[in-house]
Amino acid sequence: MSKKEIITEIGREKLSGMLRKMLEIREFEERIRFLFLEGKMPGTIHQYIGMEACAVGVCSALQKDDVIASTHRPHGHAIARGISMEAMMGELYGKTTGCCRGKGGSMHMGDLSKGMLPAIAIVGGNIPIVTGMALAFKLRKEMRVAVSFFGDGASNEGAFHEGLNMAAVCNVPAVFVCENNQYGASTNIKRVMNIENIADRASAYGIRGDIADGMNVLDVYEHAKGAVDRSRSGEGPTLLELKTYRLCGHSRRDPNNYMSDEEKEYWEKKDPLPSFEDILKADGILSEEEIAEMKKEVKDSVQKAIDFGRESHEPDPGDVTRGLYVTMEVPQ
Amino acid sequence: MKMGIAEALRKAIHGEMERDTSVFCIGEDIGIPGGYGGAFTVTLGLEKDFRERVIDTPISEIGIFGAACGAAIMGMRPIADVQYGDFLFCAMDQVVDQIAKLRYMSGGKLKVPVVMRAPVGVTGRGAQHSQNPESYFMSCPGIKIVAPATAYDAVGLLRSAVRDDDPVLMFEHKLLYGSKGIRAESGSVDASSEIPDEDYTVPLGKGVVRREGRDITIIGSLLMMHFSLQASQMLDADGISCEVIDPRTLWPLDLELILESVKKTGRVVIVEESPKQGGVGAEIGMQITENIPDYLLAPVTRIAAPNTPAPFSPVLEKLYVPQPRRIADTIKRLIEES
Repeated sequence: MSKKEIITEIGREKLSGMLRKMLEIREFEERIRFLFLEGKMPGTIHQYIGMEACAVGVCSALQKDDVIASTHRPHGHAIARGISMEAMMGELYGKTTGCCRGKGGSMHMGDLSKGMLPAIAIVGGNIPIVTGMALAFKLRKEMRVAVSFFGDGASNEGAFHEGLNMAAVCNVPAVFVCENNQYGASTNIKRVMNIENIADRASAYGIRGDIADGMNVLDVYEHAKGAVDRSRSGEGPTLLELKTYRLCGHSRRDPNNYMSDEEKEYWEKKDPLPSFEDILKADGILSEEEIAEMKKEVKDSVQKAIDFGRESHEPDPGDVTRGLYVTMEVPQ
Repeated sequence: MKMGIAEALRKAIHGEMERDTSVFCIGEDIGIPGGYGGAFTVTLGLEKDFRERVIDTPISEIGIFGAACGAAIMGMRPIADVQYGDFLFCAMDQVVDQIAKLRYMSGGKLKVPVVMRAPVGVTGRGAQHSQNPESYFMSCPGIKIVAPATAYDAVGLLRSAVRDDDPVLMFEHKLLYGSKGIRAESGSVDASSEIPDEDYTVPLGKGVVRREGRDITIIGSLLMMHFSLQASQMLDADGISCEVIDPRTLWPLDLELILESVKKTGRVVIVEESPKQGGVGAEIGMQITENIPDYLLAPVTRIAAPNTPAPFSPVLEKLYVPQPRRIADTIKRLIEES
């Protein structure tokens, strides 16, 4: 489809919602980066700056009762899937108002009632789980789709192989979205993989492999929509590779010295936010003023979420042994 | 009707699948027409009645347990099966990091009602098909662990496990299955029971006194329960009266039952088929020592395999696994010295 056709298909309201989500992710991540550096937030963080088009493009192609599963870098997916930033900030501060009641933290962000499994922080770990979620849909003949987000590094894990192969032979409604940001922590993908495209691995499982520009939300949306629709109609899983880049470190204090300046500059020019804003302006979807107003609203809502998280109640000491088993207390 | 464990479990699983359409089986070689019905015939023929819900998988333990985890989160009740308990280690991330922890990580919002079945026991196959890995999982909060020694308990615990909202890992012993035909095991011990027609369950977390006695308590699961009973019969001739406890559930332990028995006898041995280091006996023994030190007339004693992998040689294997004679001799010494 041409850009014009995609824009017409998505429509003004949804496009504007997509930009808002991308702005929220960027603002959310920028703010918590400083809260961490200032020592005001506990734990560790893995940030999504630069990859906003991936989560928003894919999640915009989903229906309400579909489910996604994420990784140790889940903030973008959570915002894109519609988890409130208040519940996320509560979680980051380890408070009872968090989406996992303070038990999960940054790396386990999620809420199944909002269509997102608490994120799985073991690299590749969510892939076979998503196969199982999709298997449940298939066994119950529900028209739902399960989506796994994972990185380039995860595609070297055994769980990737087993999860994709099983999804393929069981022909379950799953979509496997590989966000290829080209680095596993500090290791460039070229050091750990002899192929250019991770999507090529799909052929090993007899499923469709597809590639989209992970810095372009419309391209991501178009390819994700195709994969999701095929899955829903029983045509089996797709491995969708999104070519993207982290415009930030791997985790909290990482200055990413392993990325060259030329490389960083090249990808900064592809920053998915300004380019999407330009498209929306050029097509008359949103004006300069409307975007400025949106940015102001996003800033305010992130600030509100931070205040909410900071001011929420600390857990009760008894909470440490709550919520492990359904049918019994924790034995001594 | 009298049945061995394999046959009784087959009927119990069939019943659960009939009762609840969210129950399904997933594993290797479990429902291939003309195949084995799993490594030990437990699921033999189930595919005839439930083709869609008996899912034969690739040889992919991460895939099996991951898929079971995901399906359970979405409201299904999978019964996931490994051919040998040793293969659980291939799926360790899914079992320990995902299935056991997801509910806690979610702040108590998720349920992961997976049943995991694993055949164990040192049975003529060498180090990688002969482990009793129970203690690895006893140190993993979030999973309940059962280990039935009789067909009656296997049925009752399977039903409880399937109906429970938490993950349950069920260890079954290769020598207790009573598997028939080409999957029959040499050295098998009869664990068959009369299986009543009614829909009974055996509650999780409840042990049972297999034999009452005065002088010493013997605690053993699976095959070691049967060997403990045999040892107690040998000791009758010496005038030593043994109480034999079968925990049936290894986590949560029925501490009340264990402590009551040891308070009465003042002495206890814990028998296990796996190495002594960091084993089941270490946990049960320390629970006794911590809780009722003043009742002990003799040191809490473990009878276990050596701290090595299981050897293949039948001669060595027999030395490796605690035999009834060794259990009886150890107890005799313990009583004489205390």
